[in-house]
Amino acid sequence: MDYGTLRGIITIVVMVTFIGIFAWAYSSSRKKQFDEAANLVFSDDEQNLVSKDSGEQK
Amino acid sequence: MMNHSQPQGADYNYTIVRQFALTTVFWGIVGMSVGVLIAAQLIWPQLNFDTPWLTYSRLRPLHTNAVIFAFGTSALFATSYYIVQRTCQTRLFAPKLAAFTFWGWQAVIISAAISLPMGFTQGKEYAELEWPIDIAITIIWIAYAVVFFGTIVKRTTSHIYVANWFFGAFIITVAVLHIVNSMAVPLSLTKSYSLYSGAVDAMVQWWYGHNAVGFLLTAGFLGMMYYFVPKQAGRPVYSYRLSIVHFWALIALYIWAGPHHLHYTALPDWTQSLGMVMSLILFAPSWGGMINGIMTLSGAWHKLRTDPILRFLVVSLSFYGMSTFEGPMMAIKTVNALSHYTDWTIGHVHSGALGWVAMVSIGSLYHLIPVLFNQGRMYSTNLINVHFWLATIGTVLYIVSMWISGVMQGLMWRAVNSDGTLTYSFVESLEASYPFYFVRFIGGVFFLTGMFIMAYNVIRTVRAPKDSLPAIADAKAA
Repeated sequence: MDYGTLRGIITIVVMVTFIGIFAWAYSSSRKKQFDEAANLVFSDDEQNLVSKDSGEQK
Repeated sequence: MMNHSQPQGADYNYTIVRQFALTTVFWGIVGMSVGVLIAAQLIWPQLNFDTPWLTYSRLRPLHTNAVIFAFGTSALFATSYYIVQRTCQTRLFAPKLAAFTFWGWQAVIISAAISLPMGFTQGKEYAELEWPIDIAITIIWIAYAVVFFGTIVKRTTSHIYVANWFFGAFIITVAVLHIVNSMAVPLSLTKSYSLYSGAVDAMVQWWYGHNAVGFLLTAGFLGMMYYFVPKQAGRPVYSYRLSIVHFWALIALYIWAGPHHLHYTALPDWTQSLGMVMSLILFAPSWGGMINGIMTLSGAWHKLRTDPILRFLVVSLSFYGMSTFEGPMMAIKTVNALSHYTDWTIGHVHSGALGWVAMVSIGSLYHLIPVLFNQGRMYSTNLINVHFWLATIGTVLYIVSMWISGVMQGLMWRAVNSDGTLTYSFVESLEASYPFYFVRFIGGVFFLTGMFIMAYNVIRTVRAPKDSLPAIADAKAA
């Protein structure tokens, strides 16, 4: 295989990989999973918030 | 309830985060002070006091190393250790190794602060440190990777939050870049020569240099952004899906952009063109990430009026968007023909360094410090606001003066008379730059003043009596 063909194949492989990642990220079956992931920022806060509120009320 | 008002503190290793957070502020002041000094030296050269250790050529690498590796990287250590624990909901892996990264990193910074003014250098930009320090950095960095990825392995959550992906890419890539670019043949303890030669050496250097920008100063700080912007805005990131595409596109593209530092040099033409095209494409993921960060505020824009911490974070994203538009534009060969070697480049770097890197770190620290020291908020919100305006005005003064100076220099250098001789000598362009050097110096003083105000605010917060600084919302409710 000559160099030009190899480069062409690599270009296609990279393009397909990117489209694959895009399709994977935007497939509707993963929406719920990603919504949960996005909330990881807050998930260890609930106990904290509760205790803060109860702390203020005393 | 008494001593459990913040139960999350009990579960996580905050000691290491506190250490790195406080040293971030300290090294920020040191690094930016050196920056202000060398900015002043360009106007008043006698400020080197005829001392070799205080010459511009030795202090300039000290400034860049201090702000990038002491200030910026300490901020990355602090936030990555914090975020990886909180989003994986587990304690830091190997706490002793984590402590080693802290003390080891401080030792590296101090040896840089001693060796650079003494004139020991490998002469590679952002990789000046001599080989014994390079080896120490490698060992500490591997320890950092073990702690970080060890924590991810023992996580109790099923998903790895996107911020950790960015931190992970930053840690791995910086290790690879540092090891490859630091390959050298030592002659003595303080002198070595690069293993590469000629155009290959230049290419390896800027493959390193641009990816230090891409992975240390961008990917790492994007990790910070993906945690602290949602946290401070009180809502999850605008699009988690976009953040995944953002991550893969950014890390796949950045690695190719280095040759744009070597336009019109001995580097082969095709490599220069490849670097230019890849830099242009890089605009897309950069802006995707910026839009994702800024749009996180949709529905919460009103918070910007009252929350200067959020203002720091959002303005940092705006500067990020601006520099990542400017960067691809400057990578175009014809634009680069005008901008290269002029102050425009310095302005571009500081639009990213002050506007993006420093401001996102400062915003994150203002969020972090009260949490780490068991307070509801910083000692003074007004002082955060003062700091915000000093930082913003300082950055704008800096970059605008360098834009004007840079374009002017580029035009003066390329101007030719009808007989083909140069219209201006180099010294004439230097003389014309003096007013702008003064404005740049003032901008730097503004930014540094803000850092001193931050240090005062941090010290008052750390020393405040327990629970004496309730969160604003709590204070209103009470």
